[in-house]
Order: sequence, then structure tokens, then C-alpha cells
Amino acid sequence: MKVGVVVFPGSNCDHDAWYAVSEDLHHQAEYIWHDSNSLGDVDAVILPGGFSYGDYLRTGAIAKFSPVLKAVKEFAQAGGPVLGVCNGFQILTEAGLLPGALVRNSELKFICKTVPVEVATSDSPFTHQARRGEVLQLPVAHGEGCYVADEKTLDQLEAEDRVVLRYKGHCNGSQRDIAGILSSGRNVMGMMPHPERAADPLLGHTDGIKILNSLLTAPSLVSTTTKS
Amino acid sequence: MSQITPDVIAAHQLTQGEYDKIVSLLGREPSFTELGIFSVMWSEHCSYKSSRIHLKKLPTESKYVLQGPGENAGIIDIGDGVAIAFKIESHNHPSFIEPFQGAATGVGGILRDIFTMGARPIAVMDSIRFGNLEDEKTGARNRRILEGVVSGIAHYGNCFGVPTVGGECVFESSYDGNPLVNVFALGVFRHDEIFYGTASGVGNPVIYVGAKTGRDGIHGASMASAEFTEESKQKRPNVQVGDPFLEKLLLEACLEAMKTGAIVGIQDMGAAGLTSSTCEMASRAGTGIEIDLQYVPQREPGMTPYEMLLSESQERMLLVAERGREGEIFDVFKKWGLDAATIGVVTDDGLFRVKDHGKVYAEIPNRALADEAPKYDRPHTTPLRVAPLDGPEFKSRDLTADLKSLIESGDICSKRWIWEQYDHQVRTNTIAGPGAEAAVVRIKGTNTSVAMSLDGNGRYCALDPREGTKLIVAECCRNLSTVGALPVATTNNLNFGNPEKPEIMAQIVESVEGLAEACRFFEVPVTGGNVSLYNETLGTPIFPTPVVGIVGTLPTTVPPPIHFQHPGRSVILLGGLRSATEQEFGGTQYAKVVLDTFWGKPPTLDMEYERRVQQTVRELVREKAVESAHDLSEGGLAVALAECSFGKAQVGAEIDLDSDLRPELLLFHEAPSRILVSTADPERVIAAARKNGVESVTIGVTLESGVVIRNQKAVLVDCRIDELGKLWDTGLVNLLHDPVSV
Repeated sequence: MKVGVVVFPGSNCDHDAWYAVSEDLHHQAEYIWHDSNSLGDVDAVILPGGFSYGDYLRTGAIAKFSPVLKAVKEFAQAGGPVLGVCNGFQILTEAGLLPGALVRNSELKFICKTVPVEVATSDSPFTHQARRGEVLQLPVAHGEGCYVADEKTLDQLEAEDRVVLRYKGHCNGSQRDIAGILSSGRNVMGMMPHPERAADPLLGHTDGIKILNSLLTAPSLVSTTTKS
Repeated sequence: MSQITPDVIAAHQLTQGEYDKIVSLLGREPSFTELGIFSVMWSEHCSYKSSRIHLKKLPTESKYVLQGPGENAGIIDIGDGVAIAFKIESHNHPSFIEPFQGAATGVGGILRDIFTMGARPIAVMDSIRFGNLEDEKTGARNRRILEGVVSGIAHYGNCFGVPTVGGECVFESSYDGNPLVNVFALGVFRHDEIFYGTASGVGNPVIYVGAKTGRDGIHGASMASAEFTEESKQKRPNVQVGDPFLEKLLLEACLEAMKTGAIVGIQDMGAAGLTSSTCEMASRAGTGIEIDLQYVPQREPGMTPYEMLLSESQERMLLVAERGREGEIFDVFKKWGLDAATIGVVTDDGLFRVKDHGKVYAEIPNRALADEAPKYDRPHTTPLRVAPLDGPEFKSRDLTADLKSLIESGDICSKRWIWEQYDHQVRTNTIAGPGAEAAVVRIKGTNTSVAMSLDGNGRYCALDPREGTKLIVAECCRNLSTVGALPVATTNNLNFGNPEKPEIMAQIVESVEGLAEACRFFEVPVTGGNVSLYNETLGTPIFPTPVVGIVGTLPTTVPPPIHFQHPGRSVILLGGLRSATEQEFGGTQYAKVVLDTFWGKPPTLDMEYERRVQQTVRELVREKAVESAHDLSEGGLAVALAECSFGKAQVGAEIDLDSDLRPELLLFHEAPSRILVSTADPERVIAAARKNGVESVTIGVTLESGVVIRNQKAVLVDCRIDELGKLWDTGLVNLLHDPVSV
């Protein structure tokens, strides 16, 4: 499995994602610069955390105009798995690949801590190695992680089993405690917690491995990987 | 062009004597622009003119030191061809005037010091001090300053992508109107990736990279070299404005440009901006530099040479490239969307020559600016003392209630409200972060981790600057040893009042000599640091506050936590109960919080004994012979025991002491050289202590719930963990009156 990690100016979890995939989990990972028009031959894409383009205007608002986003959209439309973490999630909502928006935390402060997150569905390329209802300990680190959408969208997300991760208890004011959602095709996921920060026993938490390993062994991809 | 009058000289914070020296060095009257250049380069902030002769007393060498003081940061060898660069810097004055930007640019400045040497920053720590949060008159302002400083640090560090892994936060009315913001940063690189700030190679181009130059921060360095007065508020435009996103780009571009091999030397533009970077680089290389300001990227039109040379716009770097290879560097900066422009050339005449559109505005021998700065042996008498030697009589009260008061007090309570606003995990190296005994970050690609501790104690130093400073060094080394690290090197930030007052100068001298003695003894040479003087508001000085940052190395592993892990374990006090006189009790947190008074002298330190205690705990931790380890510091034994019980496991302890000390002293005295461990193998711990000639006392056993302390069978403290823990956890939030976070 080869994972492309997109690097925007201002990404700062790009190296962490790269390290988790390649060093902790022993898969191939390569960086993709923001002005690339192509993703190359990667099997999956990670949009990492950080402050793309300084997050000027709004988080993720400028990143959606970058050339690489066009390639990411095409990749997603063709069914390729795309994981947006933190700023990556914010970019995916700005780019329209996921519904809703991420706004300032209800406490109006940046928050960095490890929180319990419930796997709300295991029916996705990102959570199939976890059990529905399983509680993962995952780090969050964001100032704008409060998920909002209109009631209709929220109902639809739930009806279609597309809420994939939920905070157990109050975290940042997210509506319905949403920590991560899926696209209607289920191949795009945005999540505020950082799985790449919980992939090494040295750092205290390893539950992120369940998310990353799900992606790295996603059944639908194994076949395409073997083909090429 | 302005006329140079005595008033103009005074406005530049130069003395008449210093002006005369300028005239004699130049052999003529300076131009107005030249006067501005001298004023910043000879400011206390840039020239260390009051402290230099004393800083020479510090030890600076060991087998680990690759670069000592004098460069942008010190460098230490950590083995496997890998090195770390680290340093501390203050942003006290700007943080009072504009807390958010003042603190943010403090972080930005120290990060540039690290990556200008070629190292990638991997950790930041902050030592921050504020006035009393509850003071009727100033409390609201102090809270606002704290909130601004914390969000400024968070804003810059989080966006840049460096974890803030620890630090300290202290409240004391002496910092009313003069908060202290000291920022420590550490970076990592390979030995062959080290760059220096030298402008060698006559004919090589001088290249400006990064943000455009604007009018912000003009005279920041001289502002930081003066006392605060009512007029200080008018200096708000002197505070720079930071852009962490730009700095992140600058970091990546600089590290990438360094890889081309086309860079000869590089230095960041910090205090005194373009001026200091230019003449310091040339001075180090023994060359000259000529620049033409018309080529400097500018944010606004119409700036004078004076303004451009003194601007402290952030996120700028100056580099010297190999002639003919400029293109390789420009390509990299273009990729990152940053300005890069050749603004001058290295010459052989030893002069700092500044032109604008060809017209010469300044022509000064570099050495005159960088090396001939005035050096003062300022008169010093005995250190200013604000407290009596003997304290008041005090009656015993409810000791459990005393413990609760201490636990929720500002200095001791949990600082979670602060550090949860800092990204302390980014770059996935943080093995032990905020709240730990010492921060530990692993160095990827090696089996080595780096531990770091940042500490100060204004109270001890106000009582005795020499002994107080030694205690701080001992405490940092003890913190490092408690996580299994071997302390290797030191950086320091000396925060003091006005050095022109002999009793303040005496504090500085005593403190520096104490620092020298302790750093020599513990073999942690000083590789750099910062001096911040004139920390006075309306004539009232701060407590003398040297802040010490010490780094150590350890084989990569998870160190034992502070907290008790399992019930039924032996609780052993390595180093023994020790003792304290009533005089030695006057600087403790008990005296401050419970008795609301201040007297005496700091605890007594026996450095030889301290070293043996550290050796013992380091051995035990490395052999994994203890389940938890926490050193005794502020609040003494009772506070340490309470803190050990605040883990997830909520394991407390039942302690039986046998001492003839007065109970307040027994529970709350702050004698150093003591570490509390819990273990399943007490014989091993006791044997290790005996081997090292260290006392060890088995004082009790861990238990499921509660903290109980008895002395000679009498119960002194009996408290539930959840009750204590809640007070500790919410202490700061309550002081801040921040109902949202409760």
C-alpha cells in the first residue's frame, strides 16, 4: 500500500502522518506538494493537520483552491480513499467533499489533549478493524474543531450511518458530538482527532493504529494494489 | 536630517560618555542613522554591557559542547552524529505592553535562533511569571496579561508546528507590572548540518530572505533596556507583530536552502534587525559588508534608512551565499513563496556600509559595533533585601486545611488550563510532556531521547541570590535525573532590575557566581542564554529571577510517572526527611500561601549529597526499579505526596513519619535532595541508596484511596484524593474567574 501525504505550505502534521505510515506501520508513504496536478500512483491520500496557507480567512478556505485539491477530488470521485485529519478535515468540508463546517471550539480556546472517541460505525475503509461502539483514546489538537451542520444534514448523516467517530462527552461543542464523518461514497473521511499521534507505544497511546491500519488494509484496495 | 543634541543622545538611551566613545571610534561625529545603529547595538539587550564581565565566570566547556556562548544558540553532541541546539530568550517588556504579540514574537525569535543554525526545532518550553491574580487593584490586569501571553505562545507555537512540552508558571506581586516571559527552544540536526552566522568570502552576495521590512518594532532593543514608566504604554508600536505561518515557511525554506550547499553563513534578524545580523556576521568573519537598502523588500514606501535599519519586523533572515550560486537559493525561496533578494556584498574593508540608492548613510567599523561596545564593571554592594531574616511566631492550625490551601494555590495547582492550549504532541516525539517531572522528547532515528527542565525561584533568590541560583540548578538536574536522564548542558535567562543600582547589580553578580559554581559542580556548562535587565516598574524591581534550562540525555524509553501506580507498594523517600530551621522556612510556599509573609533564607543545599541522590535515582529509574518518582520541591513532602496521588489510578498513600521537627516544617519544608519513589522492590532501592551513601527512608505504603500522614502516631493529614485532586485541578481556573472552563 502506498499512501500520499499532501503537503500544503503550513501543514505541520505531514511528517507525523508520513512517519506513522512508514515507520510505525511499515507501509510506503510519500509527500505530494500542494501545486502538483497529479497524485501519482498512490493507493490512498492523507490530508494532514496543520495550518494550510496560514489558515487565513478561514481554516482550509485557501487550500481548497490549490492545484492538488483538484487531483484529490478526482481521486475521491473514482473511489480512492481520502483521509483528512484535523486541518485535512477542515479542508475537505471547505472543498465540498464532506458536508458541514468546523468552527471555533465552544470554549474559544485551542485544545490539546487525549479524549475518548467512540467508533460509531465500522462500515468504512477507515474503521473496519474497529468494532462499532469501541472507544478509542485519541489525541485532539485544534482551535476550530466544533462540527456544525444544519439539522437536515445531521439527520441524513446519521440515517446513512456516516457519522464515523463521536466524542464520548464534551470536547469542543460539536453538534451531536461528531468527531468524524464519511462521504456518501464512504471513501472520504474527515476526523478531528489525530490517529498518527497514537501509533507508537512510546507516546502513550496506540489506538490510532486501528484507524490507520484499517486504511492500509482496506479490502477494496487490496485488489487494486495487487493488480498494479 | 535631525541634529544630534544631548536630548537626542539621551532619547537613544546612550550616555554622553558612550557618545564620546562613538565619536572617537569613528574619528568624527556620527550621522543620525549611525547614531541609531550604535544605540541598538550598544543597548543592554544586544551588548550585555552590564553583565558581560560577570558572564565570563560561567563554565562553558565539556566533552559534549560543540558550540558555547556567542552564537545564536549553544550546541551539544548527543551521539550517533546527532546534535541539539538550544537556548532561552526573554520577551518581558513586549509582553507587558502587548501580551499576545509580545509572547508570540518571543516564541518566534527563539525558534529562529535555533533554525538559523540548521537545526529543526522539536520542543519549546516557557517560564512565565505574573503579578498576583487576585490583587484588588491589579488582579484583573494580571489575568488579562496571563491570558494574552498564553494565547500568544499557543498561537505561534501551534501554528509553527513545534510542541510546547513544559515550563513553569509563577505568581508573585513583584511581577505586577513587569511580567516575565522566557521562552526556551530546542532543535535537532546532524553534525554536518550545522551553520554559523559568519559572512566570509569577500565578494560573496548578502541575501535577505523572508518577510518584508516594515516600521514595526523600531527600537525594540532599546525599549527592552529601560525601566517601565507611565509613558511605556505609548511604546506599543515598538512591539513587533508575528506571523507563525511565515515563520514555518521560512523554516522549511532555510533548511532546504542549506541542503544546496550554497549557503556560507546565515543569521536571523532579531533584536536590532538588519543592523545586528549584518555587522555581527561580518564581525565574526573579520570582513566588511556593504548593503544598499533600495534592494530590501519593503512593506511600505517612504521608510528612511534609519527606520529600515532599526526595524524589528519578524520572520526575516540574512544569509551569505557562495558567489555564482545565488540562483539555487532563490529557487528554494521561490518554491516556498518567500521574498529573497541580494542586498549587498561581503567586502574586505571591515566596514558596515549602508547605502540607499547609492548614497552612503552609514559607514562604521564592524568591530566598533559588535566588539567595542561599552563594558561596565558597575558598582555592586550587598544584594537588595526586601525581607527580614527572622519570621513571625505562628500558631499551628488544621494541617489538612493548610495542605488544601497549598494544593489550590497559584504556584502549585495544576497548570492544565495553560498547557491544554499548547499543542504539546505535534511532531510525535513527546514521551513526557507538560505536568511531567521533566519533558522528554525522543530523537527519531536514534535510540536517544532528550530531557529538559526549566526552572526559577524568585523567592529563594530574593533571600539569597547566590544560594537561590544554586538551588535552581540543583532542582533542574534533579528533575532530569528523576526521569533517568544525565544532565549535560545549561542555558539561562537572567531577569533582574536596574543594574545601575549597586544593590541590584550585587544580586546579578551573586546570582551569576552561584550559577557558575553550581553548573561547574554538576558538569552542566552554560552554552548560551539571555540577560534581561531594567525589569522595574516605577522604581520597584522584580525579585531577582534567574531562569535556568538544563538538558540531559537518556536512552529512549518511557520514564516512570510522577503518580503512584498500584496500591500496596513501598513509598521511599530517597535523600531522607532532611531538616530545616525556622529561618529556612521563610521562603517556602507555606510561608507565602498560609502565613502570607516572607522572611529568612533559602533551604541549605549540599551539592555533593545532591549529586549522590541524583545518581541513585537515575540508576533506579534506568533499571526500572521504581514505579513512580517525583522530586520534592515547592510545598515540600506533603504537597509532593498529594501530587503523587493525582494519577489516573488515584492511588494514595499512608505515611508514618518519626521526626521531632515541628509539624509544619516536617510537612512543608523545602530542603532539596529528596525524591519520593514507589516500588515493589524496596530492598533494591534501599541497597542502591546505601551504595551511593544516600539516606533512604521507607515512609509508608501506597493505598487505594486517601492521603494519610502521621508523625509519631499522631495524624497530621487525612484527606480524600478526589477532594484534593479537584482543588488542585481547578485552582488556576478559579483564580482566573473563568467559569467557562470549570
